[in-house]
Formats: sequence, C-alpha cells, structure tokens
Amino acid sequence: MPENLDFILRTVLQGLPYTAGAAAGGIALTAVLSFAAGLALLSRSRTVRVVSRVYVEGFRGTSEVVQLFWIYFALPVLVGLQLVPLFAGILVLGLNHGAYGAEIVRGAVRSVPRAQYEGAVALNLGPAQRMRRVILPQAVVEMLPPFNNLFIQLLKNTSLLFLIQVPEIFRQGEILRPQYGGQLGLIYLVLAVLYLALALLITFATGRLERVAARRLGRKAPGRAGVPATGGGL
Amino acid sequence: MVRFENVIKRFGDNEVCRELSFTVAPGEFVTLIGPSGSGKTTILRLLMTLERVTSGLIEVGGEPLSHMPRGKGLVPADEKHLRKVRKRIGMVFQQFNLFPNMDVLRNVTEAPVHVLGESRDAAEAHAMALLEMVGLADRAREHPTRLSGGQQQRVAIARALAMRPDVLLLDEVTSALDPELVAGVLALLRKIASTTDITFLCVTHEMGFAREVSDRVMMFDAGRVVEEGTPDVLFTDPGHERTRAFLHAVLDRR
Amino acid sequence: MDAWKWDLFFGSFPYVARGLLVTLKITLFGSLLAYALGLLFAVLLRARIPVAHQLLRGFIEAIRSTPVLVQVFVLFWLMPQATGIKLDAETTGVLALGVHYACYTADVYRAGIDAVPAGQWEAATALSLPRSRVWLGVVLPQAVPRVVPALGNYTISMFKEVPLLLAIGVLDVLNRAKEFGADNYRVIEAYTMAGLVFLALSYPASILVRRLERRVAHP
Repeated sequence: MPENLDFILRTVLQGLPYTAGAAAGGIALTAVLSFAAGLALLSRSRTVRVVSRVYVEGFRGTSEVVQLFWIYFALPVLVGLQLVPLFAGILVLGLNHGAYGAEIVRGAVRSVPRAQYEGAVALNLGPAQRMRRVILPQAVVEMLPPFNNLFIQLLKNTSLLFLIQVPEIFRQGEILRPQYGGQLGLIYLVLAVLYLALALLITFATGRLERVAARRLGRKAPGRAGVPATGGGL
Repeated sequence: MVRFENVIKRFGDNEVCRELSFTVAPGEFVTLIGPSGSGKTTILRLLMTLERVTSGLIEVGGEPLSHMPRGKGLVPADEKHLRKVRKRIGMVFQQFNLFPNMDVLRNVTEAPVHVLGESRDAAEAHAMALLEMVGLADRAREHPTRLSGGQQQRVAIARALAMRPDVLLLDEVTSALDPELVAGVLALLRKIASTTDITFLCVTHEMGFAREVSDRVMMFDAGRVVEEGTPDVLFTDPGHERTRAFLHAVLDRR
Repeated sequence: MDAWKWDLFFGSFPYVARGLLVTLKITLFGSLLAYALGLLFAVLLRARIPVAHQLLRGFIEAIRSTPVLVQVFVLFWLMPQATGIKLDAETTGVLALGVHYACYTADVYRAGIDAVPAGQWEAATALSLPRSRVWLGVVLPQAVPRVVPALGNYTISMFKEVPLLLAIGVLDVLNRAKEFGADNYRVIEAYTMAGLVFLALSYPASILVRRLERRVAHP
C-alpha cells in the first residue's frame, strides 16, 4: 500500500504541470478576451457591439465540450492545421470563459457611477482616457470577485481536456484506473485535494488583487462573504 | 463669452429649456436662480457638453459648442470638436465627483498632464500652488475619501482651475455640504471670483452669496428667463410675481 | 477533399436529435434533483444544527471546488466497489449533475430566503404558527418566485454540461454526433450540428430567463 501510494502520487503529479499550465494559459486568455469583448460590448459603434455580442452568445450558447471537440477534431479538416492538444484546450478554455468574462467586464464598467464619467468629461479627458484612467480602475474592484468564480470554474474544466488526450491530472488518474482499481478512492481523493489546492491558490491571488485595488479606491478590503457564485461555466 | 440662441432642450415630453436666448460677457459672474426643475442645472450641463441641445445654438468664445461648421452650415459636433471647445470650460459638481482611484494631487494633475500635455513636474508645481490656495497643500497625498465634504469640494475647485478654464460652471456646489462647511467653500469662491478674470455661471440656493458676488442674476422658471438684473435690483425690488414668490420662499426657509 | 459537406450536415440531424432526447431527459431530472436537494441544503444550513452544519458546508465546498467529472467518476467507478450499487450511465449523470448543481442552488435559495424581510418571520412567530407552516406558508412562497431566474440559469448551464457524460458512455447529442462522424469518417459537419442544437435551445432559454430576471427585479 505505501509503495502504491507513492506510485499513484507520482503518476498523478506528472499531470500537474499540464493542469496548472492549462489553467494559467486559459486564465490569461480569458482575461484578455473578457476585456476586449466586454469593452467592445460598450462600444459606440454598432458593428463592434454586434461582433462582440455574436462571440459572447455563440460561446455561451454552445457547450464547452462540443467546442473542445470542434476545435480539436473538426477544425483541422477546415484549415488543415492540427493543434497540439494542450493548445487546443487552452484556446477553448479561454474562448469559452472569455465570453462569460465579457459580461462581467461590461457589468462592472456600467456599475461605475455616471458622476465619475461626468467628472472626467468636465476635465476634457478623451473617451479612451476616461475609460483607462477613471472608469476601469474603479470597475476592476467590482470585477474581481466574479472573476474569481469564473477562474475556479475554468480550473475545474481543465479536467475536460482529458477527452482530447491532454495528460493532465484527471487523465493521469484514468491511466491508473485499470491496474489500481482497488485504490480508486485514494486516486480520486488525491485529485480532489489537488483541485482544491489550486482553487485556493486562485482565490488567494484574486483576493490579494482585490485588496490592492480596493485600497487604491480608499475602501476597506471587502469581505468575501455574500459574493454570489457564478453558474456552471460551460 | 457664452451665447445661447433659441436653445431648446427636451427630455422626452418634458421641455426643460424653451427657446432660451442670453449672453454672458467675459469676466462676468452670472448666478442662475429659480425653483428646482426650472432648467438652471440643464444649462450648465449643456455648456459642459454633458447633454446635447434638442435645437438651437450655443457658442463659447465665439465658437459653436454643440455644432461645428462644415461647408456652409453647421452639423452636430463630433468628439474631436467637443474636446477642443471643452478646453475653455470647467465645472464643479454638487457631489464633487473626485476620482477615488487617485490621491488628491493626482486628481488635480491628471487632466493637465494627459489633456494639456503639461510635464508632470510643471503640473504638480501648479497643482501644489492651487492646493495651497484652497488650503489643502498638506493633504496632497491623501485619498479623497479621507477628506470632509468641504475639503473634497475645495479639491474639486482646484482640479477645475488647474485646467485654466475661461468659463467655470458651479452647480450647487454647497448643496451637499454640512452647514458648517459651506462658509469656507463660499469664501474661496469669492476670492477666486475677485482675483481672476474667469467667467462664472453659478447655480446656487445661497442667496446671500449670490447677492454679494454676482454681476447679474437670472431668474428661471419653467425653462424660461423670467427676469434678470443686478443683484441689488433683483433681490430688493423684483419686477415679477414669480421672482417675488420664489425669493420669499427661499429666504423664509433659512 | 472539399471542406464542407451539406449532406453530412443534414444527415447528422436524426442522430443528434436522438441524442438530444437523452440530453434533455438528463437535464430535466438533474434539474429537479438540484432544485429539491438545493432547497433541502438551504433549509438545513439555516437551521444551524451544530455538527451537521459544518459537515454540510464542507460537503458543498468540496463539491463546488472539484470538477464535476471527478464526481461522475466517483459515482460510476468507485461507488459500485464501495457499496455494491451499480447505476447505469444515465442515472449516474443525473445524480452527479443533480448533486453538483444542488451545491450552487443552495446558495440561490439562501439569498432568496434572506431577502424575505425579518418582519415576516416576526409576524409568523407572533401568530405562533408551527415551524413547518412558517416555512411552507410564509417564507418559501415569498422566496421561491425570486429565485426562479437563477434556477433557470443553472438548468441552462447543466444542459450544456451534459456532453461530458460521454466519458462514461452516455449517448447524448455529442456522443451521437461522434458516432455519426465515425461512420462517415468525417466529424466536422456532425459536431457543427451538435453545437447549433445547443445554441438553438440555450440561447432562447437564456433570453427567457433574462426577461424573467427583469420581471422579478421590477415587479
């Protein structure tokens, strides 16, 4: 049993770089797409708004697993380019969660009081300056709690990448199942603990960011209680 | 300096400015009084380009504000034109509207650096001089929310002055303040009015202040100028029944 | 090889539609389980029974911070070993998704119950109504309508999450599309059809929920 534990741990941990990498890459892409699409949803130009809306509704409306299969198995037929599984996975995680993040950004920007916009106009700041220097720094504080939920959702969904053969921790667990069926409980416990630890890491990081951002606004760091959880991220 | 010509502003069915025409001379201090909903604040917001006119023309310094010349006629202004004409105008708000994501000094320097293109050093030196004048130089590195309402409003005044406006709009700047803080802000405005050649348009319910600093007072009701005149005449011998009733009401309330 | 074959696109529809019936069935029963269990969790948490409260909170946190796939596999592979109970794949899916989403709907109900003014509890107590009547007659009738849009959102999320059950062999929309693709050596048309089927159902549903949200917010 102890030597089994050692082997099980080692095998599962081999997947950790993939899980962490997929989560980190997915989160980075999500952040970029959320801001790009979220600000585009607020654009003056109707065309820009419509393009962004199509992206957001398209990715929120179709299933993340279907998107994964589409990009990994179907896209190569169209463009003749087979993506490395991990990159296909990061792409789908980012595109999918970016669509949800866009609504977070849009909502947070709209929650900044109109008086702040007017104050910026009265100082003759231009549209881009108003957004970058006045509105966004205040909106970011509102975004961080929902983004935390979104990122944890994304972390959990890295497990879907096992369906396209990415050797992340869930797939490593699957590799063990045939031979170590007797220790399934242990395998799943190890997986759960790893996901939990990574989730805590994300919460810790966004919590830090939130405190920094709140202090800049002269507010006390808000507690995490009462933050509404987002839905399943698919 | 400021000219309104047949300005109409409607919000839905509600006409808040009805064919309004008036001019304000350079350096003049004009106070707008009248019951709430009479359109005074809307005039300031139109001048600050926070609202757009429904029809009519507004000029500041001889340039059309809401419209820009194209070909022979005038077309509604685009953002570029608005930024050009806004340069002349500053505004102080009832609720201060300081930016909570910047400290006091940064609130004052942000626009000079990023709009006027001043160097940060020059902008900070100017800002410190202004903060000195409003009596808050020692609070430059503090966060606006740590300041009292009166102090925040004095910072907002310094922030508006830092842009070197030709026209300064004061929108009920003491209405949100606790009574004991009002006097300090009014004294500061009095000082600025008497030492600069800025043109002021001021909406206030402080009749004593209006009487003391104004060159001219305009009484509004239902989107029209009911009557105007020097404060001495208008406050002591109003010619219009509406003005009399209004003054009676506000002076009694105090 | 040409890039797109319309006959395969349309030809995949009957397959995908058959999978859709399974997907909808799992979504329906999974949602009902999530609604009922989530309400039970919310009421239990509110009762603040000493040890049970901490255990339930811990359970909810654990479920929420681990992937639903792990939970599916625990039920599908581990539970038969541990208890001798073997469920078929679809039932496993209903159970796993139902329990997973119950840990989210519990929060939705909690917020709904918190939104019932304290005066309502006090009035019910003043009438010395029995506890069950306070809940069934006073609190829940006020709390539940408020939470309907949020529950609807979770059902839409669950609907889109069903395809992951192909990992345990459920013949849902995606699995049927995959099957069809394998038979024809081309997957792109069938997967596109699968995506469009999800969009065609979840987009109107989400518009409906948004409309409900507005009505609840401004009655």
